[in-house]
Amino acid sequence: MEVSLAWQWFHRLGSPRWFYQKTGAWLPWLALASMVLLTVGTAWGLGFAPQDAKQGNSYRIIYIHVPAAFLALAGYYIMAISGAIGLIWKMKLSFAVMRAAAPIGAVLTFVALFTGAIWGKPTWGTYWVWDARITSMLILLFLYIGVIALGRAFSREQAADKACALLALVGTVNIPIIYKSVDWWYSLHQPATIKLTQASSIHPSMFYPLLTMVIGFYCLYAWTLIAHTRILVLQREWRTQWVREALEAGK
Amino acid sequence: MESKVEFQFAGLADFLAMNGHGAYVWLAYGVTFAALAALAAYPPLRRRQLQGELRRQQRIEQRRRQVGQNKAAAEPA
Repeated sequence: MEVSLAWQWFHRLGSPRWFYQKTGAWLPWLALASMVLLTVGTAWGLGFAPQDAKQGNSYRIIYIHVPAAFLALAGYYIMAISGAIGLIWKMKLSFAVMRAAAPIGAVLTFVALFTGAIWGKPTWGTYWVWDARITSMLILLFLYIGVIALGRAFSREQAADKACALLALVGTVNIPIIYKSVDWWYSLHQPATIKLTQASSIHPSMFYPLLTMVIGFYCLYAWTLIAHTRILVLQREWRTQWVREALEAGK
Repeated sequence: MESKVEFQFAGLADFLAMNGHGAYVWLAYGVTFAALAALAAYPPLRRRQLQGELRRQQRIEQRRRQVGQNKAAAEPA
């Protein structure tokens, strides 16, 4: 009984129309939550968190650098898993999520690399080094861009979806390398500040604003991923009556 | 363990300067928020485009139907 209900839900979730109608009401709340959290977190991190003893004020870049890097990685999981679900269960919506996740992930990876480069200048004296963490993040950016480019290279949507899913799945090899890079090849990039399994090496006065920003980035990610997926659904179901009605009603 | 949350700078100029790190910090935040704003702005803009496209298609269909009706009226055969 439970299992069949779960399957029913799973199949409904796979329906682009159901997804479109269900998620419309969530967007304003996610938008509000992310704007409030990011505003509070930014003000806190920039103005109220204490200065770093070693790095001075340049360390304040951490409040955007770390959340962007988190979401760049989490976004890759979401893209690859959506691709896998699409391949295995032939779920249309899942492919749409995968395709929407690519540009968002690319932007977040770019933000992580860009803020990292700027942070590197006053801290390490250079914008760029071919450090393991930085190089594997650059590969992540190329993987995202590869998925976007591959999706555009096909005229048939179904072929594009399958090719993108395969590339995304192959690219997951890079993810553990990124996580472990700071421990395996310890060079310039500092090890992770926040760890799930042990105490973090960061003072609470700096940790709470960082946590606020991380949650804010998660909300922003959910918001933009849903919004971008909805647009893809509209384009893909363009010929159906419900899309026309939804666009006419301005919903 | 009592840590006070208070503004860390003497004034606005001090806040903007960030002890000489101002340019780095503000550039990083500026580019980040511009990128995030672009991500958020794309769906509503694209949606408006799609609405315009739908209206254009509907106008073309309507005109085609009218032309068809006029032809039928002009040729009573």
